[in-house]
Amino acid sequence: MLKRIITIFVLVLFVMSVVSCGQTQKKSGIKVAMVTDVGGINDQSFNQSAWEGLKKAEADFGITASYLESTQDADYAPNMETLLDAGNAVIWGIGFKMGDTIKEKALANPEQKYAIIDYAYGPDTPANVIGVVFKEQEPSFLVGYIAGKMTKTNKVGFVGGMKFPLIERFEYGFKAGVKLANPDAEIFAQYADSFTDAAKGKAIANQMYENDADIVYHASGGVGDGVIEAAKEHNKYAIGVDRDQNSLAPDHVITSAMKRVGNAIYNVTALLVKDEFPGGTTVVYGLKEGGVGIAPTSDKLVPADILEEVKELKAKVISGEIVVPITPDDFAKWMK
Amino acid sequence: MIDTIFSNLALIIGTTLMYSTPLIYTSLGGVLSENSGVINIGLEGMMVIGAFAGAAIGYFVGDPWIAFIGAGIAGGLFGLLHAFASVTFGANQVVSGIAVNFLGIGIALFLSRMFFEGATMTKSIPLDNKMPRPLNGIFPKGSFFSIIFDNQYATVYLALLMVLIVWFFMYKTKYGLRLRSVGEHPTAADTLGINVMRIRYFAVIISGVFAGFGGAAMSLAIVSNFRPTLISGHGFIALAAMIFGKWKPQGALLACLLFGGAQGLAVFLGQFDFEIPTQLISMLPYIITIVVLIGFVGKSSAPSADGIPYEKEHKN
Repeated sequence: MLKRIITIFVLVLFVMSVVSCGQTQKKSGIKVAMVTDVGGINDQSFNQSAWEGLKKAEADFGITASYLESTQDADYAPNMETLLDAGNAVIWGIGFKMGDTIKEKALANPEQKYAIIDYAYGPDTPANVIGVVFKEQEPSFLVGYIAGKMTKTNKVGFVGGMKFPLIERFEYGFKAGVKLANPDAEIFAQYADSFTDAAKGKAIANQMYENDADIVYHASGGVGDGVIEAAKEHNKYAIGVDRDQNSLAPDHVITSAMKRVGNAIYNVTALLVKDEFPGGTTVVYGLKEGGVGIAPTSDKLVPADILEEVKELKAKVISGEIVVPITPDDFAKWMK
Repeated sequence: MIDTIFSNLALIIGTTLMYSTPLIYTSLGGVLSENSGVINIGLEGMMVIGAFAGAAIGYFVGDPWIAFIGAGIAGGLFGLLHAFASVTFGANQVVSGIAVNFLGIGIALFLSRMFFEGATMTKSIPLDNKMPRPLNGIFPKGSFFSIIFDNQYATVYLALLMVLIVWFFMYKTKYGLRLRSVGEHPTAADTLGINVMRIRYFAVIISGVFAGFGGAAMSLAIVSNFRPTLISGHGFIALAAMIFGKWKPQGALLACLLFGGAQGLAVFLGQFDFEIPTQLISMLPYIITIVVLIGFVGKSSAPSADGIPYEKEHKN
């Protein structure tokens, strides 16, 4: 008897859970979902920006947006699987860490469309996938120009996370900007070989400030917390990255080189609605497409006339008149 | 020329002090716990919760010392948990420690989202509400000592003081002797009327408090906010420092300073354009530490009863 009651109870629970699962779809139309990386939906960075873009698309195009958070790398695949079963038109992976998972899922489910931020598969892109990457060198170039104009000691610094092509785009874009604004400026560049070691970032920045640099730009994730802290202690300037980092030190972070992940997602969703999803390609977002830019809070500490020049510079980059260097060789050529 | 050498030397020393401080607190915690016979792999998780508690309390209350103590209490609670599992229930101490590590980051994230509008990062604490910098501005600007001490926080000096206190406690007081005897031979200690359980509880909780201080030394002094990656491996490095320091507070101090110094050297060398990849330079601290310790430290052995749960035999 008891067994039967338990069985019925479990059955009722099961039915209820299935019913409650089904209640989530109220709106008609296209469904788009995203999987966050381990930062979670409120990381004040990529994931948050991505979700804001998707919400905006929901408001403007009447799609239904949803997300699943990952708490560890092992969650990516099951999250993708869940969203696949939910019948989404496109499944987004936010962050390069999902590169392999997306490709695997895309090959297994050729009918399902996938998209990924910060990952390019190049010629191997499956037809149902798009990779979205950003021209990090372009906002780096603009903040470099600001640094070159604002430095009083003619010395500025760059702290990178790890030395690989993505981060080098930040470095050489920045250097080109500095040199354009101020050909005599000396640029210190150093890598922390970590994206988490804030103490090392602080030590490197301390060294740069003691060597008379007065503005340091970082492209180094959590290491940058240390860089910004050093700026506060030395009462010098720092430049943030990825998002507007002014809130970390309102009097010391003069500007930030931003990646607008949300804009990219919004734009791709617009294409999807028009049935022009560019599957099988890598989409590159730069200043022209509004995928990158400098922080809106820049006007607090950067003089208006410099921002005016930056605006002109931005126009030149957009028109293609200036091509920002991304490798040491490009940079050497650019200097001539 | 001489000036540059001195200012670079000052920078390296400054980095050494900054870098080793969180490690010193945490490894002191390790020393206390392991000398009482309880392995504490959970230092990392206790540091994480301490770093979060320090940053969060510091942000909301605005007083660094309350925040620092709060961080110690948070770490101590995790120590209590570890003690509960490994002393009361005689669970495998390594497994319990690993559980504490997972729990530390999990609870820190959960609380962060609760108190900071869903964000996994806490908000930044203004410079004035961080730990004080007692020697800031005392030396003439740009001088050797000002480069070293201007931006060292109170946590640095407190850490050195703590080493002295823990050393005194362990080797000059009867409680210290009891603590060590419990770690060497709990049965003998027990027959002499020492309460093994109570001493181990005390040691593990205090070890959590120290690890919490270590985390707060990171989030209240080195930076001014918590993020999930702020403590990444520091607890394990502190654990290694304790082992290299032969389970002694003064040894742990030296191992932490050595590691910090090597890190300072790596930062110094990293500014030059060598033909060697920066990754190799970044490995220096680990390589130097290993080489020095293998070459000069000699045999180090744990307290005999370290890691073995103690169960009182039932007498009839």
